[in-house]
Amino acid sequence: MTGEPNRSAIAWQDTLVGLGVLALAAIVAWQTTVIPENAIYARVGPKVFPWLAATMLAVMGAMLTIEGLRGGWEHEESEGTDWHSLGWLLLGLLLNVALISVIGFIAAGTILFVCTARAFASARPLRDAAIGLALGVVAYVGFDRVLGYKIGSGLIERLL
Amino acid sequence: VTDTILQLVQGFGVALTPVNLMWCFIGVFVGTAVGVLPGIGPALSIALLLPLTYKVDATAAFILFSGIYYGTMYGGSTTSILLNTPGESATIVTAMEGNQMAKRGRAGAALATAAIGSFVAGTIGTIGITFLAEPVVNLALRFGPAEYFSLMMLAFVTVSAVLGSSAVRGLTSLAFGIFLGLIGIDLQTGQPRFWFGITELSDGINVIVVAVGLFAVGETLYLAARRKSAEPAAVIEVKDSIWMSREDWSRSWKPWLRGSALGFPIGAMPAGGSEIPTFLSYFIEKRLSPKPEEFGKGAIEGVAGPEAANNASAAGVLVPMLALGLPTSATAAIMLSAFQSYGITPGPLLLQQQPALVWGLIASLYIGNVMLLVLNLPLIALWVKMLKIPEPLLYGGILMFATIGTYGISQSYVDLVLLYLIGFAGFLMRRFDFPTAPVIIGMILGPLAEQNFRQAMTISQGDMSVLFTRPLSATLLALAILALVGPQIWRAMVRR
Repeated sequence: MTGEPNRSAIAWQDTLVGLGVLALAAIVAWQTTVIPENAIYARVGPKVFPWLAATMLAVMGAMLTIEGLRGGWEHEESEGTDWHSLGWLLLGLLLNVALISVIGFIAAGTILFVCTARAFASARPLRDAAIGLALGVVAYVGFDRVLGYKIGSGLIERLL
Repeated sequence: VTDTILQLVQGFGVALTPVNLMWCFIGVFVGTAVGVLPGIGPALSIALLLPLTYKVDATAAFILFSGIYYGTMYGGSTTSILLNTPGESATIVTAMEGNQMAKRGRAGAALATAAIGSFVAGTIGTIGITFLAEPVVNLALRFGPAEYFSLMMLAFVTVSAVLGSSAVRGLTSLAFGIFLGLIGIDLQTGQPRFWFGITELSDGINVIVVAVGLFAVGETLYLAARRKSAEPAAVIEVKDSIWMSREDWSRSWKPWLRGSALGFPIGAMPAGGSEIPTFLSYFIEKRLSPKPEEFGKGAIEGVAGPEAANNASAAGVLVPMLALGLPTSATAAIMLSAFQSYGITPGPLLLQQQPALVWGLIASLYIGNVMLLVLNLPLIALWVKMLKIPEPLLYGGILMFATIGTYGISQSYVDLVLLYLIGFAGFLMRRFDFPTAPVIIGMILGPLAEQNFRQAMTISQGDMSVLFTRPLSATLLALAILALVGPQIWRAMVRR
């Protein structure tokens, strides 16, 4: 084997990605074994394609892991990561998941809007809150009242 | 041929009713507006706007869709010329050359050649659809399940392994998509698969959740994480008039035609991909140009050709989608799932069963193209305003609409959690350079491939060899294998 002489050190992140794909393959394979098989006769049972997906993921995961151990592939490097922005954005998404069924779409959406704006370096949270609220009301009225989707109720929805 | 023209005339009869004209107009207008917004491509626009269409009948919905489809293409080129955003790979070339033109005060000419070129290519592409649909359908009627299965294998290989930077990463994305598509009750045997004890999952995952998760949530996370390293992009003002000089015209018309001639056939092949024709067009124009030294500094041919190629290939993609039921781009896959939700199966029988829908759709592509030409250039000031929406508000709005477009519609908490989880997966995929389109294509095509495989095995009574003994199926499978291992063997031979 000649290999790539210019890259030798193990790329840990890439290796982790490969291992992650292998883990997904394991989960898919495990869940495939629990699919019930015998109910209705079928020439190609319900497990054939799941096994194919599991095998494909396993082979690709192994190849990615090997690639990672041999120095990885080209992609964005983690030194440039803006953890501050990413943190605000993830906080917004988490708060939205936690609050949306408690305070409703408009209020939770406004919080998400403010956090997202903050992640993209906005320094005016009050302005963002006002715009987010307006947008939320417009979206809610449009979907719930005009199009007739049932968006559900919440703190602000009750007032409309 | 006369038959085709007759049906097209009837199609115009459908498309030219005031109501359908209105849907077409709304489609191109909304499509352009959303397409202009940086970070929103055609696939995400259609996914986000799907809920709007469920409230109208199928014909109107698909007229609306096709308007959005062509509209986002026009809007996207405005963005790449005025704001050099490396987003969709198909518009990279336009961004390269068009942005250079804009920087040298020729934004108006660049926008004009892109818009008129898109119109020329879109019209040629639509003519192509008109006359190619029937022959492809006739060919497809000879296809049995075995041929369909093999054709899908070929499409799988080309969209994931051949296009894109790495076959391994492309196939990983595809396998992930196939897995997502398998979630839910198996329609043939009634067995639940991969439902992890969660009731909502037994109905399967909605493709909208996956598309919006990958393209809206994932993309926003990706852009937030690279804020520090990315240099802020500035919108270039349009200072010159939006028209072309005599020289611009004479340098543009041939690239338009050559771009269309490249883009449509490549787009119409079951392989798909708009990158190849745009890059090919760029290099051909560079070769043929009397002023090759201008390339890289804003040559008008480098905008005219690739833009035409991009639009013609977008039209070409509709041929396998409508005539075979085979989507070869993320956008086409989402459109296919929209067809399915109306209980319509695209494919050779669609043209016979629903001629009004198909020909109405094709006719409205012609009309939408004219509308786009008229709409785009005079309204450029409006689109520039949309480009100037500050990043914080733009991405806040995108996430809010992503939430209401998924959770709001289904009222399913599981969908919301899935949306963000898939968004996070999309973020990792973007960071580690995995293509995202194969996820959507695998998710939609995977179950169809399984269905055809089962039918083929039922017909052959479980004999796998039909896949290799029927000549058409064998040829398609051979092509798929060649596309998969060919490049590797080639590389190994070159290295020697």
